[in-house]
Amino acid sequence: MSANDLKATKKLQASFISPTPQTGPDQDHINSTEHIREHTIADEISERTFQDVSLCYQCGKCSAGCPVRYYMDIAPNKVVRLIQLGFYEDALKSDTPWLCAGCLTCSTRCPKEFDLAKFMDAVREIAIEKGVEIKQKNIIKFHKAFLDQIKSHGRAYEVGLVAEYKMKTMDLFQDVDSAPGMYFKGKLGLLPHNIKDRKGVKSIFKKTSGK
Amino acid sequence: MTSMEEVIMKYGYYPGCSQTGSAKEYDISLRKVIEKLGASFDEINDWSCCGATSAHVTNHKLSSALAMRNIMLAGQQGLENMVAPCAACYNRLVTSQYEISKHPELREETEELLSAKFQKEINVINILELFLKIGINKIIENRKRELSELKVACYYGCLLVRPAAITKFDDAEQPVSMEKIVESTGAKTVDWNYKVECCGAAHSIARRDIVVDLSKKILEDARSHGANVIAVACPMCHTNLDMRQRAMKRTYPGHEELPVLYLTELIGLALGMNEHELGIDLHYINYKYTDPVPDNTVA
Repeated sequence: MSANDLKATKKLQASFISPTPQTGPDQDHINSTEHIREHTIADEISERTFQDVSLCYQCGKCSAGCPVRYYMDIAPNKVVRLIQLGFYEDALKSDTPWLCAGCLTCSTRCPKEFDLAKFMDAVREIAIEKGVEIKQKNIIKFHKAFLDQIKSHGRAYEVGLVAEYKMKTMDLFQDVDSAPGMYFKGKLGLLPHNIKDRKGVKSIFKKTSGK
Repeated sequence: MTSMEEVIMKYGYYPGCSQTGSAKEYDISLRKVIEKLGASFDEINDWSCCGATSAHVTNHKLSSALAMRNIMLAGQQGLENMVAPCAACYNRLVTSQYEISKHPELREETEELLSAKFQKEINVINILELFLKIGINKIIENRKRELSELKVACYYGCLLVRPAAITKFDDAEQPVSMEKIVESTGAKTVDWNYKVECCGAAHSIARRDIVVDLSKKILEDARSHGANVIAVACPMCHTNLDMRQRAMKRTYPGHEELPVLYLTELIGLALGMNEHELGIDLHYINYKYTDPVPDNTVA
């Protein structure tokens, strides 16, 4: 493309996007509405995931290949649609983000290169921050128990994890068939592996727990 | 052997939490195999958990800081590269490093959380890349026996090859690198459909029902394509495919056991080590490799 062609293209694009001059009352009007426009949950998700939620054009390829779609209440692409349209409560209360296993099949196949797994991370994070009631309680309890181990020891301590999870869920019988087997095979240590700089790791948790 | 080659044979090592517990045998077999192949590890001093699934699904800043702490430690230790044998750790580490190099605001927040500056990018590699770097020829040269009785379904799971833009490794839908490594042991590999399908991963405890269903499909696909063993390169995949076969027998009466071995254990068997040395006897499904009976009946 020659320099002249490029100039012509740029001119055409500019005229297409903005037919009116960049000054005058219309522009002021646009600026003022920009200013008072509410920062929505959709905006927040876009910011946290470094991608615009409106990128998704609802082809549904993600849901077609999702290995856990069967167990979800809403198809993954529909959760994106709910966010795009502003039905935040429905999206945040959905089982879907919590059942997403983070396998990245959707993110890999998306024709718009929309990272849906990352989108689901942000939806979960915001659901926690907003105190939304989450149906998949055991999954939340598991993550909480896992992070507690890292917070205390710097590493995940599996015996502590299972013990804390069982206390939280009061589900004392699940896994009774595998945990002792692993213990007797010498896989699960009786004591946690504490790192030296536990203070440093704890401070990361402290600084990030506010938001 | 040139000094250049010697330098390349030393790798930074990030074991990951599972390697100290439920995936102990992965760590044991990896260290033994590496030694036999003439490579060595420099373990990251005072490494901590990468944050795993639980951090990235609940708090993106916490996740970034927990992973980057280890990358920075590797840099301080003067390392250029670092092996993360757990596919999930590998994925968290490469993804976090990619994200902070792409997004200055996240980088700033992460540095603030760690009270340190990110100065040096580390080449984080997965277990397959490690063996490809060491060289398949090295395995063939050091082989004590051919595992000719094995028909292996190579299971990559999710996190070794995805997302392609970040892992920049093999193919996201039809990877073949593990097959090349496994074939160097003299074993055969099978062409099958579930090599990159998810096993349910971190749902293993809270939604065991899902893991049992997904893992059952993987095992059955492997079997229906003629496999007599599955090779894995991830502790989470191993737990779900091996240990969850117990629960599988309850959900799916008539389920037939299929042994699941770490890639490092297969290589170890070919290098002449026995099941006990490699920690294979720590698996839920017992496994012992039997050499073929020599055919003496030739008339």
